[in-house]
Amino acid sequence: MEFIVLLTLLTIGYVFGRLAEQRHFASIREREQEYSDVLAFSARFPPPTTERIDAVLVDGNVVVAVDYFKMTAAALRNLLGGRVTAFETLVERARREAILRMKANARAKGASQIFNVKLETSSIGQGASGQSFSVEVYAYGTALVPTGTAK
Amino acid sequence: MLVSNIEIIPGRRVVKHLGMAQGNTVRAKHAGKDLLAGLKNIVGGELKGYTELLQEARDEAVQRMVAQAEAMGANAVINVRFSTSSVSAGAAELFAYGTAVVLE
Repeated sequence: MEFIVLLTLLTIGYVFGRLAEQRHFASIREREQEYSDVLAFSARFPPPTTERIDAVLVDGNVVVAVDYFKMTAAALRNLLGGRVTAFETLVERARREAILRMKANARAKGASQIFNVKLETSSIGQGASGQSFSVEVYAYGTALVPTGTAK
Repeated sequence: MLVSNIEIIPGRRVVKHLGMAQGNTVRAKHAGKDLLAGLKNIVGGELKGYTELLQEARDEAVQRMVAQAEAMGANAVINVRFSTSSVSAGAAELFAYGTAVVLE
């Protein structure tokens, strides 16, 4: 009986998790094209300019949960060691999504450049359910908005 | 109040440094939301409830930092950093800190 439950959970996790991930990646690629004119730099200092600009803090965050299949795959991988591909794609997804949200925020404020971009990742694990694992990525930076055009 | 995470604001000069301004908040997860998150952990995907919760908490930390900077007589907070730490299993602390300055 327990084996059947486990197998069902694994199948649901695998099918839906995979579908959700593929859809998410497709959406990320699409929006990355859309926001390709908003540039994000990790440089600390913006280049000198004669233009009057305002500096505004922009940010974006996302919390992504792993599915049951990934969690099991990672647990098995833990025995053997090596690359945990299941988690690599999870964190990549979260990071790209957070950057996109930050860019969307910057565009809404009328900026096309973001400087000193920092990314912060924290794991939100172990809720009441006991075994949940999810990761939060927070991206923030300073958007340069030409003075007078701030929305 | 200007809030930015770069150290030199283009075209603006720092007239006076007032020291560090900080703001924090500790938030616990809603039990119901936590249960839903547990279910979501079977199929995976974004946890919208947590995304909003953390964003709200972070905004509050920034507000507290800004209030402290205002009390110090600053008109800007520069070099702002964020940090997240989990205090206990169900709660997270969000912390924002930066340098309170007077810009001309």
